[in-house]
Amino acid sequence: MKKGVEMKHTLSVLVENKPGVLARVAELFARRGFNIDSLAVGTTERPDISRMTIVVDVEGKSLEQVRKQLHKLINVIEIVDLDPEESVSRELVLVKIKVTPETRSEVIEIVDIFRGNIVDVSRESVIVEVTGSSRKLEAFEDLVRVYGIKELVRTGKVALPRGK
Amino acid sequence: MKMTGAQALVKSLEAEGVEILFGIPGGVLLPVFDALYRSPIRKVLTRHEQGAAHMADGYARATGRVGVCMATSGPGATNLVTGIANAYMDSIPLVAITGQVATNLIGTDAFQEADTTGITMPIVKHNYLVKDPRDIPDVVQEAFYLARTGRPGPVLIDLPVDVSRGELNYRRSERVDLPGYKPTYKGHRRQIKLAAQAILSARKPILFVGGGVITSNATEEVRALAEEEHIYVTHTLMGKGAFPETHPLSIGMLGMHGTRTANYVMCETDLIIGVGVRFDDRVTGKLSEFAPNARVIHIDIDPAEIGKNVEAHIPIVGDAKTVLKELLAVLRELKKGHDPVDRREWNAQIEEWKARYPYNYDRSGPGLKPQFVVEKLYELTKGEAIICTEVGQNQMWAAQFYKVERPRQFITSGGLGTMGFGFPAAIGAQLGRPGELVIDIAGDGSFLMNSQELATAVLEGTPVKVAILNNGYLGMVRQWQQLFYNRTYSCSCLHRERRCPDFAALARAYGAMGITVTDPEQVEGAILDALNAECPVVIDFQVEPEENVYPMVAPGAPLYDMIGDLLYPVEKVHPEKAEEPFL
Repeated sequence: MKKGVEMKHTLSVLVENKPGVLARVAELFARRGFNIDSLAVGTTERPDISRMTIVVDVEGKSLEQVRKQLHKLINVIEIVDLDPEESVSRELVLVKIKVTPETRSEVIEIVDIFRGNIVDVSRESVIVEVTGSSRKLEAFEDLVRVYGIKELVRTGKVALPRGK
Repeated sequence: MKMTGAQALVKSLEAEGVEILFGIPGGVLLPVFDALYRSPIRKVLTRHEQGAAHMADGYARATGRVGVCMATSGPGATNLVTGIANAYMDSIPLVAITGQVATNLIGTDAFQEADTTGITMPIVKHNYLVKDPRDIPDVVQEAFYLARTGRPGPVLIDLPVDVSRGELNYRRSERVDLPGYKPTYKGHRRQIKLAAQAILSARKPILFVGGGVITSNATEEVRALAEEEHIYVTHTLMGKGAFPETHPLSIGMLGMHGTRTANYVMCETDLIIGVGVRFDDRVTGKLSEFAPNARVIHIDIDPAEIGKNVEAHIPIVGDAKTVLKELLAVLRELKKGHDPVDRREWNAQIEEWKARYPYNYDRSGPGLKPQFVVEKLYELTKGEAIICTEVGQNQMWAAQFYKVERPRQFITSGGLGTMGFGFPAAIGAQLGRPGELVIDIAGDGSFLMNSQELATAVLEGTPVKVAILNNGYLGMVRQWQQLFYNRTYSCSCLHRERRCPDFAALARAYGAMGITVTDPEQVEGAILDALNAECPVVIDFQVEPEENVYPMVAPGAPLYDMIGDLLYPVEKVHPEKAEEPFL
């Protein structure tokens, strides 16, 4: 795990907001044998441009190839390899946690510590929303696992470079 | 001006200067072919869509212009796929236009529906699915711009039938605006200076040129660099014609079936000046032992090629012609008051190899040798024909024994290695260069893969000549089976009691001329008859069935390890010895 973390690069890719762009990017990664760890796509402040945040598990020469091959896609406008020190990144997780009258308050306490929100409550479960770095979300998951995770979904990482 | 989408497409093609297109109509293309009927653009009706793609490709390679092919939805489009992939691998400018089912039917598995943009995504430079007739003028303009600029390549436009029928006000944009596409033409000044210094101090330099030189029309600059610095030149298969092969500084092709000289030079050189090459596996042999002593200057317009296979010490991204021009100027400046490095020993070594290791074959036998046929073709055409090839042994013998002087004179499927390419490519080349002699050097296996285009050749009046080196085998497959699989000729034999078909009779069935040659004595007469004929001619040269292409660097072996010289009888080679993947 530790070793894997060091290999990961977060690419912030600006693309034209046109149909099929995601397919082109995904196809390129598949064809060239590059691994995608996570991928998040969304609009930007400009409606004609989308930003993809792609976490790739490559280093050195291969990373160089990923960047160069991505650049060859006509719809790709700009690629930035985000330095973790110089950028802010967030992920979001939704977890449906099993609760009983006895454990509910413990769960709420953990959620508070992680500055999460409870977004749905039922008799047997709560859905919790937590945002933060991948590590924070993993730590949260580890802590609540003992209560029973019924369902879980995570977004990919989104990131922006810090202001200069 | 109000018009239909189909009319706008045709108008846009005319605006791009398209003079000829290759294709076959079909249901969803009817509006387009209806609009084309009144257009001055010449329509070449092929007999298979693959033929259309290869003809457009051959036309593009012979003329330097963008080739255009057209096919209907579904099977028409999928039949284009091999041709598009072929153009992609060799960076050939091509615009492929396909019909598509109506937009409201897309995704419903409608009759003759295929996801053409999805299928072709990995083998095009870019593609478009047009959903609004108003987009047609811009899409066509962008497609041609993308196909011919930067590193050229195929671009596909998928056109649903309702979009062709829809109406628009035709307006052509002033210029193409693609925010994500800005090819670099001018090389970095500092890098060019570093390259010049490296060249001036190199003791054993070699100039290594590929298809990029031809694309960028940089042959004059290559020649100037070679002559002014007295550097020998080797070329890739795609680079045949980038430098005159009869020039004293040419050491021929390198790689799997290249000259011994070129392969030895690569093992010894201290500086590779690579221009428009991509260090493909057929050229490098075993990568870890490729050019162990060399520093590498790599000039290419595609940054992704630099450092992909071989590390570049001095990378220069840019157009070959532009960069070489600048490099020559810097070299001329730097040389003033500089004592040139003594390269006499290196030059003498190369001359010795050249004298000792020309391409050769056993001329003693009574049978008809394929190499002899190519030599005769070379001699009788004075080396001036445009040569197209199929793929396999015929291609390698053509590359070895037909020396070319000019760019765009040797047309071959380099990257994809497509059997069946040569003949339709020859028709396309002939249509693009009507006054020239065009010859397809073919194998009996390859020729049958697109022989239906004999109909196109005859009806379009293209007097292409096909020289089939008929050995009754998928020859290169058989050669590998002989060398690496203990002579187990599994499914590589194309004949039984007799050779099949009778190629001369096949040619005659289409209205072409057919000649059968079985004896070396008949070769010259047959070739002269073919050259004098004004119609397409197929000559069936029934050659020695088990002749091999030599020298050969076994797959996965280093370049110095060549087999099959006359001096060394060929024994079985063990592929398991290869440390790198056996391709």
